[in-house]
Amino acid sequence: MLDLLAAVGRASLAACRFTGQLAIFGLSGLSHLLRPPFYWRMFGRALLEIGYFSLPVVALTAIFTGMVLALQSYTGFARFSAEGAVASVVVLSVTRELGPVLAGLMVAGRVGAAMAAEIGTMRVTDQIDALSTLSTNPMKYLVAPRLLAGAIALPLLVIVADILGVMGGYIIATFKLGFNQAFYLKNTLDFLQPTDVISGLAKAAVFGFIIALMGCFQGYNSRGGAQGVGAATTAAVVAASILILAFDYVLTEMFFAR
Amino acid sequence: MTAAVPKLRIRGLRKSFGDKRVLDGIDLDVMPRTSMVVIGGSGSGKSVLLKCVLGLIQPDAGVIEIDGQDVLRMRRADAEAARARIGMLFQNGALFDSLPVWENVAFGLLAQRRIDRRAARERAGEILAQVGLAASVGELSPAELSGGMQKRVALARAIAAQPDMMFFDEPTTGLDPIMGAVIDGLIVDCVKRLGSTAVAITHDMASARRIGDAAAMIHRGKIIWSGPASALMDSGNPEVDQFTHGRREGPIQMELRR
Ligand SMILES: Nc1ncnc2c1ncn2[C@@H]1O[C@H](COP(=O)(O)OP(=O)(O)OP(=O)(O)O)[C@@H](O)[C@H]1O
Ligand SMILES: [Mg+2]
Repeated sequence: MLDLLAAVGRASLAACRFTGQLAIFGLSGLSHLLRPPFYWRMFGRALLEIGYFSLPVVALTAIFTGMVLALQSYTGFARFSAEGAVASVVVLSVTRELGPVLAGLMVAGRVGAAMAAEIGTMRVTDQIDALSTLSTNPMKYLVAPRLLAGAIALPLLVIVADILGVMGGYIIATFKLGFNQAFYLKNTLDFLQPTDVISGLAKAAVFGFIIALMGCFQGYNSRGGAQGVGAATTAAVVAASILILAFDYVLTEMFFAR
Repeated sequence: MTAAVPKLRIRGLRKSFGDKRVLDGIDLDVMPRTSMVVIGGSGSGKSVLLKCVLGLIQPDAGVIEIDGQDVLRMRRADAEAARARIGMLFQNGALFDSLPVWENVAFGLLAQRRIDRRAARERAGEILAQVGLAASVGELSPAELSGGMQKRVALARAIAAQPDMMFFDEPTTGLDPIMGAVIDGLIVDCVKRLGSTAVAITHDMASARRIGDAAAMIHRGKIIWSGPASALMDSGNPEVDQFTHGRREGPIQMELRR
């Protein structure tokens, strides 16, 4: 019994320490954004890596999600003869929820892992130490540009995902389910409010920041050779994915609970 | 002579990792414009000593003075400025593998914004020539180089900004004997021509006598002998004698390192 209590205590202490370290790390990374120099080159590289090279993955995810949504909601709503709602269900689910979350999860797997591996390797091969002996602050050089790039790139990706997701639904609805094309589009646009899209993009910015933060944090603190880097990579993806889902709830609560 | 302030003065430096005591009261003076060779068994804490001076490892106790200024007790920005004037060759090279060789070499110069990128590229070519590498090597990535070439690029990077103190962690390990002699010559040249102060760790006695003005041996976390490098081979100290002549029998018994 006491053992159990001790274990629970240790785990909560570890969780607190982790949260504290992560918060300090994130704040310090952000504070470096405010003080010059800013490494544009590193920022550009990170933006390309997170945004541009994730396009195919996010695009495919979005299209298929839109298609499935149309199909599923049609079979569901047909039972109540409410097929007309398909368009609005697709567009609202994609912009408010599925676009940001699925893009976030895909990018967490792709980019979060790559970041943790790259920075982790730099850590265990002394490259991060070498940076500070060459008049370069590693937080400023490695972390700050990636945090900013994450928060900017993911909303851009989600804009693409929103469009493609709606398109996927449109394709299925009109070509397979026999909806009138103009009617479907009109229904889509009629139900869409600017806040739906904006809240989705705001979520995406937070998720992008979380992905970059976890990748950098785990990589930066990795220890002990290839194995340590591997562990950091896994931890970055797992933690980022969980945090994305948790923050998704929190942000939804903030935006839509009145 | 007695009035001269040591370039680097270390007193009572201690560092443990867990319950493993690595540095146990190191005292060391390095006079300006001289070079000091540090020898000692594998795992005796030589690399840790250099990293403590560079601020990459936080020592547990002791005093580290650079130009008479205590870097452990001064303001962080001042300590960083004092340490920015130290060039470091890491034992494993620690080259930035995401950057081409020339950018590695010119990294410090670019970071200090002393020159633009085009001039940096040219300058990198000149420095590479000093370590016996063609300017065309500058276009390669570090992963495309042999181990010895990586070491020389790392050396080029450490001396590129002409720092007034230079640390070399095993500069000639992994080089052929002729190249080793060339690199030794280069280090001596930096001290004589640029007026730098050098601290070199080496296991190579020929190299130690070529580079060193002074020498010190570290054993069991303490400096057990220091004197002129020319006296290394007949120091009269039984431990040093055994070490420099590579004898199996003597006061130093091979112990299993923890
Ligand atoms: N970051 C660290 N964490 C824990 N232990 C460490 C760390 N760095 C070094 N050590 C330990 O400190 C001791 C000294 O290491 P150091 O790298 O300074 O040896 P060295 O004298 O440079 O040896 P070599 O000649 O083989 O390079 C070793 O026992 C090593 O295990
Ligand atoms: Mg070493």
